[in-house]
Amino acid sequence: MNKPARGSLLGIEHMEGKDILALLKLARRMNPQKPRPLLRNKRIVLLFYEASTRTRSSFEIAAKSLGAITTLVQSSGSSIEKGESLLDTGYTLRALGADAIVIRHPSAGAPHLMAKYLDIPVINAGDGMHEHPSQALLDAFTILKHKKSFKGLQVAIIGDIYHSRVARSACHLLTKLGVKVTLCGPPEFVPDVAATLASGLRVSRHPEEALRGADVIMLLRVQKERLAGQKIHLQDYIAHYQLTPARLKLARRDAIVMHPGPIIRGLELTAEVADGPQSVIIDEVHNGVPTRMAILARALGKAK
Amino acid sequence: MANANSKPGSILIKGGHLIDPASKINAPMDVLLRDGRVAEVALPNKTRAGADEKFDARGLIVAPGFIDLHVHLREPGQSYKETIATGTTAAAAGGFTSVCTMPNTSPVVDSEEWVTWLRHPARGAVVNVFPIAAATRLSRGASLTDFAALQRAGAVAVTDDGKPILDDEVMRAALRLGAELNLPVVQHAEDTRVTAGCSMNEGPTSFRLGLRGMPSAAEANIVDRDVSLAQQIRESRLHVAHLSTSDALKAVRRGKRAKARVTCEVTPHHFTLLDEDVGEYNTNFKMNPPLRSATDREAILVALADGTVDAIATDHAPHATHEKQVEFERAAFGITGLETALALAITKLHREHKIPLTRIVELFSAGPARVFDLRSRGSLARGNFADVTIFDPKKRWTFEAAKSRSLSHNSPFDGWQFTGKVVATIVGGNIVYRAD
Repeated sequence: MNKPARGSLLGIEHMEGKDILALLKLARRMNPQKPRPLLRNKRIVLLFYEASTRTRSSFEIAAKSLGAITTLVQSSGSSIEKGESLLDTGYTLRALGADAIVIRHPSAGAPHLMAKYLDIPVINAGDGMHEHPSQALLDAFTILKHKKSFKGLQVAIIGDIYHSRVARSACHLLTKLGVKVTLCGPPEFVPDVAATLASGLRVSRHPEEALRGADVIMLLRVQKERLAGQKIHLQDYIAHYQLTPARLKLARRDAIVMHPGPIIRGLELTAEVADGPQSVIIDEVHNGVPTRMAILARALGKAK
Repeated sequence: MANANSKPGSILIKGGHLIDPASKINAPMDVLLRDGRVAEVALPNKTRAGADEKFDARGLIVAPGFIDLHVHLREPGQSYKETIATGTTAAAAGGFTSVCTMPNTSPVVDSEEWVTWLRHPARGAVVNVFPIAAATRLSRGASLTDFAALQRAGAVAVTDDGKPILDDEVMRAALRLGAELNLPVVQHAEDTRVTAGCSMNEGPTSFRLGLRGMPSAAEANIVDRDVSLAQQIRESRLHVAHLSTSDALKAVRRGKRAKARVTCEVTPHHFTLLDEDVGEYNTNFKMNPPLRSATDREAILVALADGTVDAIATDHAPHATHEKQVEFERAAFGITGLETALALAITKLHREHKIPLTRIVELFSAGPARVFDLRSRGSLARGNFADVTIFDPKKRWTFEAAKSRSLSHNSPFDGWQFTGKVVATIVGGNIVYRAD
């Protein structure tokens, strides 16, 4: 095996714009309230090497809404703890009859390794600092619910871009669809090299500059556990980059505020902004299910 | 030493084109080898003595036996990756008549006993093996090993390769002791205080892949410090292993201009590949130092051509499949290189970048011989050891990693088409490799 099996979703980077739009269109037809047994008796394994609440349950609910059988395998309490390699775990799950594997892993590229050797679709549910394609797709789905189209939109992504797989996937997705994206944060979080990720990206150190005229503001969690050894002080970050009601006023009046969660109130944003009328943070979680239904249906060739 | 017990007899290498940079020869010449030494070098058909055996070298380049200053043959302790026997067989197929083995084995080669063990005929080496011993006990970077005893046992240099000697005072002491004994200290230049958790070069590709990147300064800062120490300590000998960055080259140039005894080696993968070749997490492109930027590679090519670089060394680092078929961050650092080095040098340096064959031969023979003072090697002057590499600079071939003589097949060059191939390798007057 070398090429990933058809239907795999390893990342946004190598997807074409039209495939992204087709997937979003399919997601709009998915409704978890009206289950469709497109994947009846299909076995989907959720292989999670990292803690997750929303991504894992969202994939699980999506799979069940399509009639699939799901099995959760986590690193603790499985052979992974005994030192089984990633590939051997993959071969084992395949032999047990898995039709697709949804994998979350702390190492960048882990889903790619699995896809290289397995003949079933592999769906990346977040790999290290690399990509989180289903999150980018559900965010795009959310944007389309509030904005007419992607063309000409201005998006500001503020926070720890360096450590964020969500940011990398979002940058690829939005720039492919003609969105102007500004990445904003201190150099430790937004190194200059970040601008090379895709064409149409811009780096700014000033939230005021990034926010002015923005249609969409995407915030990222400041991962406190990653601050160790960095020269960043939380209080400085809050003073410069926290999204406050005052800063939000710089954006367009109809701008929406997004966050992949979990949010830390009082850090990257204030409670007023999180709960304010422009916040679509809860809506994003909600949109995760139809988006992931579409991803799974596409993976198993039932994209109708 | 290898082949000590066999009877070499005599071989006349006839009709070839001799390139012997140390003797300033670049002309059609016949070479007569007898009793393990070079007996005569003469114009075509002008050798005075006869020979038991003739080697037809028409259309081929005859060169002093190649010397690889940097190989990991994994013994003692990791014979599932490579052994002295398999590694030297691969070396012979790559045209190397001498290899210098790194001490980061299991256990670490930090005692005379292990140096002696490595050189024992029972290891089954088919080319000359020159051990490099650990510079500090267990290569922990704290207390120096007994350089004098290691040197007496046959070590040609000391290093903690795989790791740097970070502590200023330990490095200073190593260079001082090396200076007293005329023993080179080989440095793996990596500031591990800033590279922890990194698996490739820092740059657009590492950012794209979400991998932590090693900044080029992590190498350059250590080389810079070491060159300064070498300038301060009279007669000290510093050799920079697998140099990979433009900034480290600047430091080496500074040292050379100041007449410090500073030398450096470059690997074929660093003059051929870039960090972006890692592609989608291909672990056969993961090594340390990592593949670097186009700017770094350009600087290396210039330095190979202008004489700043002293030797091409492979950093042959075999690993078993299960150590590479894993997540990129967990995969072992290192690639094999013995069988592709000359082909890469001819294909990339000679044909693509127009570096003359004489310079390439120098980088494989006279250059490395000088770096570690390997007496009577690196040149085919009369009386020298009968170590010869014969190659066809025009032969086209395809490398298949699966058919490698090495026990491991972790090469990024699998399936590559090359120009330039080793035809025969002669060690101490014995033909140890002959192409089919």
